[in-house]
Amino acid sequence: MHEGGFLFQAFVYLTAAVVSVPVAKKLGLGSVLGYLIAGVVIGPFVLGFVGEEGQDVMQFAEFGIIMMLFLIGLELQPEMIWKLKRAILGMGGVQVGVTALLIGVAGVGFGLRWQTALALGLVLGLSSTAIVLQTLNEKGLMKTDGGQNSFSVLLFQDIAIIPILAFFPLLATGSPLDGSGHGDGPHASTGWVDGLPIWGRTVAVLGVVAGIVLAGKYLVNPVFRLIATTRLRELVTAAALLLVIAITILMAQVGLSPALGAFLAGVVLAQSEYRHELETSIEPFKGLLLGLFFISVGASIDFQVIAADPALIIQLVLALIVLKFLVLAAIGKAFRMSYDAILLFAFALAQGGEFAFVLFSFGLNNNVFEASVVDPMIAVVALSMALTPLLFMVNEKLIRPRFGTKERVAAEAGVIEERSRVIIAGFGRVGSTVGRFMQANDEEATYLDIDPDNVDLLRKMGLKVFYGDASRADLLRTAGASEAELLVIAVDDPEKTIEIARTARKYFPHLDIVARTGGLEDSCELIDMGITSIYRETFDSALRMGSEALSTLGHRKYNVNRAMKTFRKHDEQHIRELAAMRHDRKTLIRETKQRIEDLERLMLRERDELHRDKELGWDATGHMSDEGHMRDGKNR
Amino acid sequence: MRKILIVFAHPAFEKSRVNRALVGALADLDGVTLHDLYERYPEMDVDVKAEQRLLEANDIVILQYPFFLYGMPALLKEWMDLVLVHGWAFGSRGRAMRGKWFCPVITTGGGRLSYAREGFNRFSIRELLAPLEQTAHLCGMRYLPPFAIHGTNVMKPDAVREHASRYRRMLKLLADDAFDPAALEKLDYLDDRMTEKQ
Repeated sequence: MHEGGFLFQAFVYLTAAVVSVPVAKKLGLGSVLGYLIAGVVIGPFVLGFVGEEGQDVMQFAEFGIIMMLFLIGLELQPEMIWKLKRAILGMGGVQVGVTALLIGVAGVGFGLRWQTALALGLVLGLSSTAIVLQTLNEKGLMKTDGGQNSFSVLLFQDIAIIPILAFFPLLATGSPLDGSGHGDGPHASTGWVDGLPIWGRTVAVLGVVAGIVLAGKYLVNPVFRLIATTRLRELVTAAALLLVIAITILMAQVGLSPALGAFLAGVVLAQSEYRHELETSIEPFKGLLLGLFFISVGASIDFQVIAADPALIIQLVLALIVLKFLVLAAIGKAFRMSYDAILLFAFALAQGGEFAFVLFSFGLNNNVFEASVVDPMIAVVALSMALTPLLFMVNEKLIRPRFGTKERVAAEAGVIEERSRVIIAGFGRVGSTVGRFMQANDEEATYLDIDPDNVDLLRKMGLKVFYGDASRADLLRTAGASEAELLVIAVDDPEKTIEIARTARKYFPHLDIVARTGGLEDSCELIDMGITSIYRETFDSALRMGSEALSTLGHRKYNVNRAMKTFRKHDEQHIRELAAMRHDRKTLIRETKQRIEDLERLMLRERDELHRDKELGWDATGHMSDEGHMRDGKNR
Repeated sequence: MRKILIVFAHPAFEKSRVNRALVGALADLDGVTLHDLYERYPEMDVDVKAEQRLLEANDIVILQYPFFLYGMPALLKEWMDLVLVHGWAFGSRGRAMRGKWFCPVITTGGGRLSYAREGFNRFSIRELLAPLEQTAHLCGMRYLPPFAIHGTNVMKPDAVREHASRYRRMLKLLADDAFDPAALEKLDYLDDRMTEKQ
């Protein structure tokens, strides 16, 4: 087993995930709980497959959190954060502050030294970004008021890690250890800045942050453009991973939270045209690594500690959740949230967070905590995290239906990026005209294009264009296909059109599709998929040219216009009928010929009969032959 | 239960407060079909056969439109010209509309008092709608007096709501056959009957 150690571990983790998550989802428990349970099962206290090497796994797993924050950053634009500042600073600050204070006071009441108690309060004040965001996303609650406010508070907490890490050594009981001592946690600094004086560290930190911002602004786009021109998808993925890892290392070097660094990088890159591509490339890794993280949390629940004094642990878990819940509910009330939003907000954030593990080990190394405090507390935090998905369910199934009011989706708040109602795939000759027409009518569209040069040029003109292949479901998703209403396919490669349509039909069946096609064959393919808005790219221009030709020959313009519409209507009708029989080549050719003749005859007849419908009322012959009517007229 | 077809024509529906409220008020009425011409025929290519089938399937035909320059929107006139044709709607063999009820529902910017001999518009609404009344007569339909909402330019939201619910009530009464058309014929306005009822 030792030789195949890594593969065996991978096998165990993946099996656990693949088995437990679908089961959990089927039972309506959500993926997070599935992962946690999987972790408990394979952990040292049930099957014992994993556990000893927990630390290594944890490091990998926390990489999932880093990626998540990077993706969150990508979703946000700086002005959005600015808009959220009241929620972030106000709610987040009050939440962490008040919770820390209350827990601190309680800790002193239980006989802890005030420094330890306050540190404990700060640690327990944090909530689990990973579990909460994952669950909110899964339940589609991110855009509700409660979801938004939860997100703001989590954001504040993630930022607050840094000052807390800086503050901890001041709370140390014994003599503070020297700089090299706190190298255990993955977030702790092990880098070259330790040797520097304080001002040197400050400069290094500012330098790294500035470097990330500048590189994001000026370096990433050209580099990704270069990579995109190779058209090798895996290279883009590699570059995206490299980017996140590089940021992680850099941040760790200067002793900042890598998660925050990744978040910052995400925000910087949110304006980039490669944003969707980055999101798409990293998303699957994020999911897996977050899953790994949840499994590790499950596996790290120390049942020995719990078994030693189960009553105490249970009481502590309950106390933690109730206390946090009450504080959060009070904040919700103070910030005038609706009743439902308060419930969601308070249930969502009433647990300990993953950063607690980091801070506990950091605090242990810095003599802020003793092991006798940390061991049960780790179990308490892990349990409270494991209970979170259950709390969500309690809220959803029991409490809200009874006491809640129906929460509106926060449309007017619109804090998280406004998604477009239209996605336009392909920004060439056709797509650009469609896009300009949309824009002129105040419909902001999201564009996807595969040509890096084109994307670059259009970005410079100030359009919301993203690089990527619209036939990929994941890219469509990141472009907002789940919330959009309409997909316009305007790419000039008919095969690609069909591919995109097929993907969209399969993964986003709610989307209306308007598609550009080349000719008959492609139109038929699309009709088979049930797509009705099909535009042959040259058809309408050809008809307009024909009309122009007719009127140049002296036909009356109004009649020419009518003829054009009739022709188009019949032709479109015919295509639909032909779609059904096209697989039989002989019939197809025969029928097509027949229909062309039919149409010709129809148009001629219309002309000769003075437009039967249109002009009947104006044509005196009809009235004159109607004896009854004439007599009627005379009588009066 | 009479089936009502509302042939609706408004070239700038998005901008119309009153007509949007009127249309909104009848959304869920049983037996009422709203037929929005500018939505159905953006290119003015009225499908005559389909329109005639639709008319045949209903008992009461309402033309709803904004009264602008004393006439109806172009598409509605186009619709009348094409659909209500000799040999189908009138003439010795045209009997399709016979016996149906016919009623204009209009909105005007000017006030009610301005539609009078001595008023700004110099003719009453019934006079200005005479061609419609005669069309109804020609086709053998029973002409109901117009349901007209005046003064939409300066109308307050409350009043808009009140008119909309009155319209809805009137449609309900029509559908339930609660009216005797003969008793209504002499009225200037169909809405007057609604006000009496209250």
